[in-house]
Amino acid sequence: MQFTLKVWRQHDRQAEGKFVEYKATDITPDMSFLEMLDAVNLDLARNGEETIAFDHDCREGICGSCGMYINGRAHGPLRGVATCQLYMRSFKDGNTIVLEPWRAKAFPVIKDLVVDRSAFDRIIQAGGYVSVDTGGVPDANTIPVPKPIAEEAFDAAACIGCGACVAACKNSSAMLFVAAKVSQLALLPQGQPEQKARVERMIAQMDEEEFGGCSNTYACEAECPKEISVSHIARLNREFLKARLK
Amino acid sequence: MTLDSKIPEGPIQQKWDNHRFNLKLVNPANKRKYHIIVVGTGLAGASAAASLAELGYHVTSLCYHESPRRAHSIAAQGGINAPKNYKNDGDSVWRLFYDTVKGGDYRAREANVYRLAQVSGNIIDQCAAQGVPFAREYGGLLDNRSFGGAQVSRTFYARGQTGQQLLLGAYQALCRQIDSGKVKFYARREMLDLIVIDGQARGIVARNLESGAIEPYIGDAVVLATGGYGNVFFLSTNAKYCNATAIWRAHKRGALFGNPCFTQIHPTCIPVASDYQSKLTLMSESLRNDGRIWVPKKARDKRDPRQIPDAERDYYLERMYPSFGNLVPRDVASRRAKEMCDKGHGVGPTQLAVYLDFAEAIQRNTKEWVAEKYGNLFDMYHEITGENAYEAPMRIYPAVHYTMGGLWVDYNLMSTIPGLFVLGEANFSDHGANRLGASALMQGLGDGYFIIPYTIGNYLATSKFPPLKSDHPAFTEAAKSVLEQTRRFVSIKGKRPVDDFHRQLGKIMWDLCGMARNADGLKKVLQSIPQLREEWWKDVVVPGSVDNFNPEIEKAGRVADFFDLAELLATDALHREESCGGHFREEYQTEDGEARRNDDKFMYVAAWEYKGVGEKSVLHKEPLSFEYVKPSQRSYK
Repeated sequence: MQFTLKVWRQHDRQAEGKFVEYKATDITPDMSFLEMLDAVNLDLARNGEETIAFDHDCREGICGSCGMYINGRAHGPLRGVATCQLYMRSFKDGNTIVLEPWRAKAFPVIKDLVVDRSAFDRIIQAGGYVSVDTGGVPDANTIPVPKPIAEEAFDAAACIGCGACVAACKNSSAMLFVAAKVSQLALLPQGQPEQKARVERMIAQMDEEEFGGCSNTYACEAECPKEISVSHIARLNREFLKARLK
Repeated sequence: MTLDSKIPEGPIQQKWDNHRFNLKLVNPANKRKYHIIVVGTGLAGASAAASLAELGYHVTSLCYHESPRRAHSIAAQGGINAPKNYKNDGDSVWRLFYDTVKGGDYRAREANVYRLAQVSGNIIDQCAAQGVPFAREYGGLLDNRSFGGAQVSRTFYARGQTGQQLLLGAYQALCRQIDSGKVKFYARREMLDLIVIDGQARGIVARNLESGAIEPYIGDAVVLATGGYGNVFFLSTNAKYCNATAIWRAHKRGALFGNPCFTQIHPTCIPVASDYQSKLTLMSESLRNDGRIWVPKKARDKRDPRQIPDAERDYYLERMYPSFGNLVPRDVASRRAKEMCDKGHGVGPTQLAVYLDFAEAIQRNTKEWVAEKYGNLFDMYHEITGENAYEAPMRIYPAVHYTMGGLWVDYNLMSTIPGLFVLGEANFSDHGANRLGASALMQGLGDGYFIIPYTIGNYLATSKFPPLKSDHPAFTEAAKSVLEQTRRFVSIKGKRPVDDFHRQLGKIMWDLCGMARNADGLKKVLQSIPQLREEWWKDVVVPGSVDNFNPEIEKAGRVADFFDLAELLATDALHREESCGGHFREEYQTEDGEARRNDDKFMYVAAWEYKGVGEKSVLHKEPLSFEYVKPSQRSYK
């Protein structure tokens, strides 16, 4: 197979970027999308040209490092997979593929397809945890959690923090990301004592990072590689209201 | 140099308690005067940084990722062991201790393993309190499963994403300390040298991966939790960034390296498909609970597996090991698969694979039953291979997965450099020659939450720390040499990209120092690496600049270290004239092809001292004694 790539190249945070065209040749359907990029980078390196920078690591869809728009869609054409789990058999031989970094004010471009997602870390730092120090906790089985609740909490906790929800949203809203953590901890008994402060602080931090508001288009759910449901956003809103009314 | 393991006196059940009482404490008001650097934010690093900050120490935490949550602990699937005996099936601290020592083929330190088994229950309590969404029973209590051939159900899990959920728990604990100001966190920083002043580890030099700046970090102690070195084989189940640079550079500064040849090959991985393959994907070995492994009896049988009748299939693990069957330990399952393929029974396009078949499980139960238990793994297999494993058997092949070797540490997890502590996969300590399933998460978190907080205090309370500034010559010289190396990479302007060399190194290592090793092959490795290294310094091409985000420079530094590490690995493998655990020397096997240990000659930890590039490393031995678990030939027949 072969492809024409149009890749966003940007030298650093300050530089102006532009699309540059590359040819990807000798690609096989069994290659992953990132292996296709590896092959292009090998060719570039052989010619002494600067390789295309992109974030990636585990290549198993769990670390959340990779992520880019592929033909305008976060993580490409398939549902429920991260970029690294995409294989070239999902593309038509000879096609042109456009690669862009996440576009959001809160995710500045560092280089090429690599963006700065530290805003997500700062949101978690604002309260996405249960305040227990190491040691001095009760035996694990003294805190029973009904199985369906534990399962729902798990569904929320499956978020990999890749940023596709923000990238997919026309407002660059981080509501699904924030909701996933708030919802997980709101569902579990362990999260109750700090629930009010948690939701207020995390929302405040989200606003401070200049993520946009949610207008319920559900694009985030559609592009989430872990298929996290927007019902968690509903729970986030409820928790936020509850906190405000108290 | 004599290696003092500092194992406390007393019966094994009381060693840790006695030791904790004897350790000097740092006065609570004085803790804030100490500054600890923690490198790495996986399970071990994040839990250590958070726990130390909770105690009141100032902590600097660094990782080469953009966020602590990206560390490769996140990819662990199966679970985490703890002998809670919630299942009433006869588990105990003693049994976990016994299983781990035996599973490690009698090459681990008994006292360390016992302590690990002791703290493992606390880990589960801690994680549950953090809100880790473990699997639950209908009554709301925690569920357990049997894993990796254990005879009891002691594995706690969170679907197939246990590592992710435990890491997020530790990450969130770390985030809480970052928020409180007690941890200063630096993302995209790669440690490139250790600073040792007057024999004490006092800091590190790191490269800011975004700006290229070389930055000094000063501390009173340094904790490395930087993971294993499986990527020396290029293809492994490790993440692409996993590397040995932090521990290797500490090794060059004097920290001994323990048992480098103990590497683990995991039996249930998706086989290599093409020459461009960048990494291998592991599927949880829980698959072996219900899947049956087989190859066609006839060599080079190209028929569709579904067309091969039962009588013409060789369920070789069930045949050779009637009592353990498909659940034999990882090293045994891996080696037998290789053997079958070597004899021509391999399947699939490359003939380097065996079948893992769920037809019987589907027939015995239902497709839905299989989907509920293993659905995510079947989906993963489908994504990668495009094949439906509900309809035809999966193809699997072993892949490098974990490294039991690492920097040598004493009972306090301190290396041979005072003030340098090493946690998790980066140290050599608890798994001997083979790690059991669901034990890596246990060790990483045990080290970080429950061991280092005690032992580091003793070091701080009993040592002196002269004031230090970052213009100390040790820092400026290290920064200079690191920068010179980076510039040298860029200046060579050869023809071969970094990945090209790495792939070649990996192939040499996999072919000659992988699942089975022999003296001739290992000698070949030791001949070819210096040649490859020489070629590297002449012909590598590292495009781009040094003062900018440049992944090629990052890779170059790591591969340069892998050359040296590979040499040490092969040296260690050649010197250990026995087979044990993951280290299988073809010359040393029993008549039926099982590993033959040589307890008289090799019942020791091989700790190697660095002497310079191309120079012979010097071997130091820490003798091992087994007072509680008497060494026997592992038998899974």
